[in-house]
Amino acid sequence: MTVICGGAWAKEATPLAEDPVVEQRLIAISEELRCLVCQNESLAGSRSDLAMDLRRELRSLIKQGKTDDEIREFMVSRYGDFVLYRPPVKPSTWLLWAGPFGLMALGVAALFVYLRRRNVDIGADLLTDDERKRAEKLLQEGEK
Amino acid sequence: MKARSLIPLALFVVLVLFLAIGLQLDPREVPSPLVNKPAPAFKVAQLEQPELQFAPEDLKGKVWVFNVWASWCVACRQEHPVLMDFARAQIAPLIGLDYKDQRKDALGVLKRSGNPYDLTAFDGDGRVGIDYGVYGVPESYVIDKAGVIRYKHIGPITTEALNKTIIPLINELKKS
Repeated sequence: MTVICGGAWAKEATPLAEDPVVEQRLIAISEELRCLVCQNESLAGSRSDLAMDLRRELRSLIKQGKTDDEIREFMVSRYGDFVLYRPPVKPSTWLLWAGPFGLMALGVAALFVYLRRRNVDIGADLLTDDERKRAEKLLQEGEK
Repeated sequence: MKARSLIPLALFVVLVLFLAIGLQLDPREVPSPLVNKPAPAFKVAQLEQPELQFAPEDLKGKVWVFNVWASWCVACRQEHPVLMDFARAQIAPLIGLDYKDQRKDALGVLKRSGNPYDLTAFDGDGRVGIDYGVYGVPESYVIDKAGVIRYKHIGPITTEALNKTIIPLINELKKS
């Protein structure tokens, strides 16, 4: 029994044991890449067939001594920027990168305008002269 | 004051428009960076005659269609009759790529339902597929006389896509 289990376990673990350094780099790179079959999974986490094939390709690229940028380029040249979880900054993605900051600037500006107006309102006389006199009278009467 | 009270409504309309556009988009249709790039070179054995090989260079000077399929691919069955029609019309050579498949299974499919391909290249381990950015079979490419990919169709080719996009494109490419 132990022999069977041990055998099964060892088989499962071979890819990792093969070369831990390569595997570390593979995981680091492929976590930043999208699996095209299960689009909400990273290439590192997906169990789809294509992801396994691609990991095999990336593994061999790593062993060939390619840099991370070259490996990303390998993926982008085949599947486009879509595979990158961090899209590159270029004219078509400016809105994507700058949009949140633009929205924040808009929000801060709106808040600023709102606060200014409120300050003006607070400073403004809410009562007319007549009303003020009446209020003072009422207060004086109350004190008696 | 009246105009101001309409701001939330305007924002809501914008939101609805964005969502409506979002619903029309298909996240599976990833634009291929390979369009207008030379078709990646490869040389693999053919499916029916394993002793013969196929390379895209063999078709230099011709406009041709490269269709990636597999016996295990369900959507390919849906596409198959359209490809048969296309083959009968003899508009352009149709080359298949049998992607991550077993020869026996693929040959069985061709025997049973008919073979629309002039020839099929055999890509058992899926290496050619990776070079062509294949991520969901079937996928098809229109390749021009210079060996440049001019169009990529993801998913099964419909009669509409064939008649409205692919055939007009082939005819245009043939003229150049």
